[in-house]
Amino acid sequence: MKVLVPVKRVIDYNVKVRVKADGSGVDLANVKMSMNPFDEIAVEEAIRLREAGTASEVVVVSIGVKQAQETLRTGLAMGADRAILIVAAEDVHQDIEPLAVAKLLTAVIAEEEPGLVICGKQAIDNDMNATGQMLAALLGWPQATFASKLELGDGRATVTREVDGGLQTIAVKLPAIVTADLRLNEPRYASLPNIMKAKKKPLVEKTPADYGVDVTPRLEIVKTAEPEGRKAGVMVASVDELVAKLKDEAGVL
Amino acid sequence: MAVLLLGEVTDGKLNLDATSKAVAGAQTLGEVTVLCAGASAADAAGEAAKIEGVAKVLCAEDASLGHRLAEATAALIVSLAGDYSHVVAPATTDAKNILPRVAALLDVMVISDVSGVVDADTFERPVYAGNAIQTVKSADPVKVLTLRTASFEAAATGNDAAPVETVAVPEAPGLSEWVEDHVAASDRPELTSAKRVVSGGRGVGSDENFALIEKLADKLGAAVGASRAAVDSGYAPNDWQVGQTGKVVAPELYIAVGISGAIQHLAGMKDSKIIVAINKDEEAPIFQIADYGLAADLFTAVPELTEKL
Ligand SMILES: Cc1cc2nc3c(=O)[nH]c(=O)nc-3n(C[C@H](O)[C@H](O)[C@H](O)COP(=O)(O)OP(=O)(O)OC[C@H]3O[C@@H](n4cnc5c(N)ncnc54)[C@H](O)[C@@H]3O)c2cc1C
Ligand SMILES: Nc1ncnc2c1ncn2[C@@H]1O[C@H](COP(=O)(O)O)[C@@H](O)[C@H]1O
Repeated sequence: MKVLVPVKRVIDYNVKVRVKADGSGVDLANVKMSMNPFDEIAVEEAIRLREAGTASEVVVVSIGVKQAQETLRTGLAMGADRAILIVAAEDVHQDIEPLAVAKLLTAVIAEEEPGLVICGKQAIDNDMNATGQMLAALLGWPQATFASKLELGDGRATVTREVDGGLQTIAVKLPAIVTADLRLNEPRYASLPNIMKAKKKPLVEKTPADYGVDVTPRLEIVKTAEPEGRKAGVMVASVDELVAKLKDEAGVL
Repeated sequence: MAVLLLGEVTDGKLNLDATSKAVAGAQTLGEVTVLCAGASAADAAGEAAKIEGVAKVLCAEDASLGHRLAEATAALIVSLAGDYSHVVAPATTDAKNILPRVAALLDVMVISDVSGVVDADTFERPVYAGNAIQTVKSADPVKVLTLRTASFEAAATGNDAAPVETVAVPEAPGLSEWVEDHVAASDRPELTSAKRVVSGGRGVGSDENFALIEKLADKLGAAVGASRAAVDSGYAPNDWQVGQTGKVVAPELYIAVGISGAIQHLAGMKDSKIIVAINKDEEAPIFQIADYGLAADLFTAVPELTEKL
């Protein structure tokens, strides 16, 4: 069984995000970019399935600017077998919406025919949490989102999901879309030899036109603003002072 | 303009807080019809009918809707969506699972985690872990969105009940089935609706030590939260996680204990009214956003605080 993993190039989670003064977006020029953390978890899960002999091949796919190549190389260095890059944007500030990403992935899936797709639960830049669900809808496949445990067998995947009330376990027919949550696994670091090897692994480049998909956004970003900041408060010297402040000043006790 | 709002129904029971907050958020978009779906949903529908501002309630009961599996619930919503300009829901894990599926089936973009409604087409939402607020305008014929409950005051519940109609349920796609739930019963208030929250982080050090946090919470009648590090380390269950990828809370009082204040954690609590931080590291970033900071060892400060309250 082939496993497909969509991976997104995003601002590194450690970078302090700065909103541009003119309200046109956040500043991505010269900032460190990385693979979306949830996608690292998805890649790790796919590789483990291959190592266990359940999966035969792991294909990573990224949609965005040309530089998303680096993200795909990271996936290949972790252990994915090959990569597909769909160059859909020229400017690093142009984000491709989940609906368009899902349409492109639908076309890739029609060609590749994977038995399982593992997405991240959420891209930490747009915080949409939508692509996996949209992809499942377009394919008419079942979805198992926010996965913290995945077991395959018998044409089905049994998935434990992190939900508001705790955990829910469901079984879905394969092929299916799974989206990875934080506790599905701990992704490995790529070793230096594997980083070298990854450079030789196949990476094909495509465009949305190759798949006949229109990526025009449905949402116009009117403006991007700095959130209201909080004023730093005061330090208290003791528990007594804290209790007094909460009672008398804040009035919350 | 008319709004179809997916009520938050779990095992036949309405989550009144989340549903009424979404009703309040959706009010300006048009007349609100609440959909209550489940294996049993009649009681929930009856309760939703009393939320002020609700014009009508649709009740859909079928075994296939029992555990809010996305495929069946999305198919139901799509079968009803033709009459509405907006399809909305509170931004719970259930709705985040279901609504993007609905949007794709309608060939429209979903707008997740809306924190402000500007007009019928224009919405504000946090991006980059709340480091920026984006205003987006949708060109789609139907707007599908989830509303952040922490951003809206709940609509009141009155005595007048809106009419409840039963709706037909489309045949379930049969792609998925429920196996089991792991839900810990608790007498504490629910995290996202609690007026007070006490959260513990990695600094708490162990599962057993987390009892300190729970004792303080119980003294305050507060809900218990946790950082990702505390959940990853097994000190606290996953549904206590507050943050960018956990729950978003905005209580009157938030007490962060042994939490450093990573941006991903702040994303879930920085709209709280009063923030207290207890951390032994004076330099911890959490102090930059706390109203009251106490630089102290939590193992002495928390029991003392619990006692003196
Ligand atoms: C994709 C992604 C998503 C994430 N989502 C979330 C999320 O939703 N929520 C979230 O919380 N995090 C999230 N994180 C993780 C986040 O980046 C931080 O790693 C996490 O919040 C740190 O948790 P912490 O503050 O408990 O631990 P630490 O950063 O390790 O801080 C522990 C603190 O405890 C203090 N301490 C230690 N001992 C004591 C003592 N005896 N008394 C008093 N203080 C003490 C220390 O001084 C320190 O400040 C996410 C990360 C990623 C990459
Ligand atoms: N441009 C993209 N290229 C590849 N995968 C993507 C892209 N955008 C989203 N995804 C996948 O969809 C998941 C959820 O993203 P989102 O819906 O944007 O929050 C990510 O974790 C990725 O697995």
